[in-house]
Amino acid sequence: MKVHEYQAKELFARYGIPVPRGKLVTQVEEVEGVVNELGLPVVVKAQIHAGGRGKAGGVKLAKTLDEARQITQNMLGKPLVTHQTGGQGTIVRKVWIEEGAAIKKEFYVGMVIDRARRCPVLMVSPAGGMEIEELAKEKPELIFKEPIDPFLGLLPFQCRSLAFKLGVDLKQAGKMFMALTRLFVEKDCSLAEINPLILTEDGNLLAIDAKLNFDDSALFRHPDVKEMLDPDELDPLEYEASKYHLNYVRLDGNVGIMVNGAGLAMATMDVIKLAGAEPANFLDVGGSANAEMIAQGFKIILSDPNVKLIFINIFGGILRCDVLAQGVIEAAKQVEVSVPILVRLEGTNVEQGREMLADSGLNFVVGKDLSDAASKIVEILS
Amino acid sequence: MGILVNNETRVLVQGITGREGVFHTTQMLAYGTKVVAGVTPGKAGQQVEGVPVFNTVEDAVRETGANASVIFVPAAFACDAIYEAVSAGIKLIVCITEGIPTLDMMKVKRFLSNHPDVVVIGLNCPGLIAPPVKCKMGIMPGHIHTPGTIGVISRSGTLTYEIDYQLTLAGLGQSTCIGIGGDQIPGSNFIDLLKMFKDDDETQGVVMVGEIGGTAEEEAAEWIKQNFNKPVVAFIAGRTAPPGKRMGHAGAIISGGQGTAESKMEALRAAGIYVAEDLGTLGQTVKEVMGL
Repeated sequence: MKVHEYQAKELFARYGIPVPRGKLVTQVEEVEGVVNELGLPVVVKAQIHAGGRGKAGGVKLAKTLDEARQITQNMLGKPLVTHQTGGQGTIVRKVWIEEGAAIKKEFYVGMVIDRARRCPVLMVSPAGGMEIEELAKEKPELIFKEPIDPFLGLLPFQCRSLAFKLGVDLKQAGKMFMALTRLFVEKDCSLAEINPLILTEDGNLLAIDAKLNFDDSALFRHPDVKEMLDPDELDPLEYEASKYHLNYVRLDGNVGIMVNGAGLAMATMDVIKLAGAEPANFLDVGGSANAEMIAQGFKIILSDPNVKLIFINIFGGILRCDVLAQGVIEAAKQVEVSVPILVRLEGTNVEQGREMLADSGLNFVVGKDLSDAASKIVEILS
Repeated sequence: MGILVNNETRVLVQGITGREGVFHTTQMLAYGTKVVAGVTPGKAGQQVEGVPVFNTVEDAVRETGANASVIFVPAAFACDAIYEAVSAGIKLIVCITEGIPTLDMMKVKRFLSNHPDVVVIGLNCPGLIAPPVKCKMGIMPGHIHTPGTIGVISRSGTLTYEIDYQLTLAGLGQSTCIGIGGDQIPGSNFIDLLKMFKDDDETQGVVMVGEIGGTAEEEAAEWIKQNFNKPVVAFIAGRTAPPGKRMGHAGAIISGGQGTAESKMEALRAAGIYVAEDLGTLGQTVKEVMGL
């Protein structure tokens, strides 16, 4: 799960990571009060989840109140297109206004899960402001890493080592690295980034940007984090699906799919592509889906107007084919199905499932196996 | 013989009285698995399908000689279940549970480094099945498998069923099929299991099923090139997956340009491994490539 910069900064402040003073604004009328409180200059920052805001014009310095108003006016309610948003961009609904800082130096600080080492890794670089992927490609020798032992946590010598690499005050940096690690571990983050961390002209470290992602599997023990979810930042269909514990990802093609299991769902997308068509979505209904979840998934697929065909590919394991069939039949009764449905069932209770579909009076196309289904996709679309 | 389990494997089910626990205990027994005990704290004295239930793993091991465990307890308690099984001397643990926080699993891995003789399969996995010894520690449908000499290692669940079934239809039986799970940090990885298949006389070839995210396939490719002399056919799911989106499994995400299907397929091919592209004909492909 992702959160906004201003939410990440609230958490930073709570854990003792220094951040500039700032205020959230959703209407231009609020700008004056905020500027009066913070003083000039201020930085106006569009709050969307995607990265690359700076280059896209989503972060601007204002030296006067009028400038601050004008910038806010130009951002609010309008789409911001960055290299991460896709062509249509994301509508800016909130801006974060914070006091400007005099920058002497910029650094990168980040923490991620290192899958190969099986632990979090704290990374720093003196090349602040650059994106870490870019940095890793172009100047990997400028990235310094320390693995964090899951039982010991970050150790003082590691803090010193990284602070020396950056050439910053040991005490200040050490405190900040420790605070970031504590936040990462206590809140089950999957990514924490300060890019840039700056050294101010008066010698203080300050996090002028903040990015936090959280482990979805750990949200059950962090209701406070879960509350930070901003549904406006999610694809509406993906958000709808998440309410029913369905794993749905919207794609650009026209063949909607419903599959049990993530691996098989990905492989089904690949099968569609190999057959010469394009998948409209990824949808894993999971192993413990019931008829209602299936029906909801079906509705979600159908609410994408691009969908010209639905391919249901189920290999029954925990999810039995008869349960799937019941869900599809119920959904087809509730929703007006205007596109052909291709079904391929295999596995647990497959005979029952096939019979139920055949007896339902609904018009299903049956794929005997994956290859047969693939050729039928092509047939139906052409 | 296959790997990990044999005729002496006596299975314990942790979380046996839950809905999943009951259903799959019944299925495992029906397949022929020697399920000898179950554990649910506070439910000692009950029975599930004739299997005695104990309060602790220690009691179950002492009373029944259980030596392998399959875990169905909810995510918040699953790691504790692993610690309990290890502490009671269980050497093979299969954890089916999905949705365990990554940081918890890191601690498990660190703990396991002090127990090198313990094998954990999963989390978030379908488990394992060994048709030659009629042992199923997991949730896969038994009837799609048949005894034989192909080993299967997969990061997926239902995709593994698809592939196992195609092998069966192509006349290729299986020695052991293992789903290692879709999380970022699995208990066992491809290399851990390939090492065992290497030493297993009855396994003639291995099918490796990977997916986007991480670098486990790339690492396995390198290891196979250096160490493994049996034929391997690989399949990678997620060639059409967009970057930055988690595709169901916690571990299935392309991030920072890492973990793409292309990178994995390239690494596997560079190591001389045959990468199948068409899932629909995978069974036949394995048959042809392995010359079986």
